[in-house]
Amino acid sequence: MTVITPNRPGRLTRPKANARLRRFYPYFLIGPAAILTLVFLVYPVGSVFYYSLQNSNVTQPWNDGFAGMDNFVALSQDPLFWRSLIFTLQWVAVEVGLQFIFGLALALLINKTFVGRAIARSLVFSPWAVSGILTTTIWILIYNPSTGVGRYLADIGIGEYGVSLLSGSGTTFWAVVLAEMWKGIPFFAILILADLQSVSLELYESAEVDGAGTWRKFLSITWPHIRQAVVVAGLLRAVWEFNNVDLLYTLTGGGPAGATTTLPLYVAQTAIHDRDFGYGSALTVVAFLILTFFSLVYLRITKSKEDDK
Amino acid sequence: MTSLLPQTAPPRLQAGDHGAYRPLSPLKKRARRIDRILTYVPLALFLIFTLVPFYWMLLFAFRPTGSTSLVPWPITFEHFETVWNGSGFGIYFKNSLFVAVMSLLTSTVVALLGGYALARFKFRGKTFFLVAMLCTQFVPGAMMLIPLFEIFNGVGLTNSLWSLIISDTVFHLPLSLILMSGFIRNVPVELEEAAWVDGCTRIQAFRLVVLPLLKPGIVAVGSFAFISAWNNFLFAIMFISSQDQFTVPVGLSYLLGEFGADFGALAAGGVIAIIPVVLLFAYVQKFLVQGLSAGAVKG
Repeated sequence: MTVITPNRPGRLTRPKANARLRRFYPYFLIGPAAILTLVFLVYPVGSVFYYSLQNSNVTQPWNDGFAGMDNFVALSQDPLFWRSLIFTLQWVAVEVGLQFIFGLALALLINKTFVGRAIARSLVFSPWAVSGILTTTIWILIYNPSTGVGRYLADIGIGEYGVSLLSGSGTTFWAVVLAEMWKGIPFFAILILADLQSVSLELYESAEVDGAGTWRKFLSITWPHIRQAVVVAGLLRAVWEFNNVDLLYTLTGGGPAGATTTLPLYVAQTAIHDRDFGYGSALTVVAFLILTFFSLVYLRITKSKEDDK
Repeated sequence: MTSLLPQTAPPRLQAGDHGAYRPLSPLKKRARRIDRILTYVPLALFLIFTLVPFYWMLLFAFRPTGSTSLVPWPITFEHFETVWNGSGFGIYFKNSLFVAVMSLLTSTVVALLGGYALARFKFRGKTFFLVAMLCTQFVPGAMMLIPLFEIFNGVGLTNSLWSLIISDTVFHLPLSLILMSGFIRNVPVELEEAAWVDGCTRIQAFRLVVLPLLKPGIVAVGSFAFISAWNNFLFAIMFISSQDQFTVPVGLSYLLGEFGADFGALAAGGVIAIIPVVLLFAYVQKFLVQGLSAGAVKG
């Protein structure tokens, strides 16, 4: 980064302070964060493995007890589990791909100088701050067959009256994808814009002197500069789209007939509706393994990025 | 941070602008006009795509039941009356506000402490701590539902707003910490050292010198914590069961459950849910780009 001041703690040591105490100073400071994380994040993640080997269903307490691998056997024979796994991949790939394309376009546009740029920027970024459930609320109003946007389009001759995009089997997927894109494009745009702003303008100027066109400048200057930020953003977004269940939970409920159920959504439904903690934990373990793989890739990429510098 | 640098780059000179004082050839003029069209037309499309959904919600919230007009006129507040009193959004709003404000406070304090350690000290285990924090960002909320429920159940915190405050704080902690340490790093360490020389203790120097300069950072970190706690739905629907403890997102999900019942009320509930977020977002939006480029993404 561009910090000139080197970070030199302890260059001026305060003579009165106890040296021993000073050594523990940083640990006192990160203490609260570390303890909170240990108790409410690390321990719970660990306990999921324990629960996955138990029969633990709030609605059938008489069955509780050690189950061995029963939950995992049931899982391997559960068609909804396999379908959710495939849908998860499809969901993440489509969302990340489309959000990347439009997010990049938006970032490039908003990085230009034009009148009203600051306002335009706040406006197009605003869906980022909107919650999943609020996104659902908004898009339910848009998609509803009686008073939604479709009705007004039909009024001027586009499409038909009374079409419910959210319940037709062919249209549900794309209806949900569009709603999620609305919320997700700003995320990509924000991350890419942050990186675009550090491209030296002199590079563009000298490229122009050499007669480079817009496309050439993008390929030779912009893209190499932002490529790694794009990879990191893509990976973070993939994890986020994998994890996030609010929108699907409320917009389709995973339906019709489980067609839009991701693995984490299946976990959430098993926990919230069925209260089957044993089976839910077994599903969670699988989700955890997939995420561990993602994390390793992420760490690898961010590490190699640091080495480049 | 940038103020420490010699200003080499002229402020936001756009490629192509530097010839502005010379008369343009007709060819260049045309190229510029095309460039303008290629900027404004896609931008307008993006704006429409972003704003029409917001407008659609406002439209439903403010127009009378049964109206199909595309402008909310005559304007009515009947839907707000319905959800605020009838559906209990008055109570949900108060609960959400309590959870979000408490999460903001705890997040900010914990992030200030940890962020200072990360920005100003070298210590054994620092890299491990940072990597662990980054990894926890990958843990999905859905995965935490069961084990956290068991913990809160064990200590009698289910159906308490404190279960939400704790889980929201913990979940948001990595981002808060990384953002805050970035902001602290931007305060020159020399300022603190000068205060030590003048006889301040480390804590005094922090309070008197660093804290005042850190105001924008604190506001940004606090706002993000507020927004994420305000928006959280999954924990709230899992941990809270009695209606007098519901938060706004849970209230909305129940309105959604009564399918097709009352779109006006649903939209009004949505407007109530969005107001605090939009107000805060307008303010923190500029920190978002800075903060992310400073710390969260570049590691």
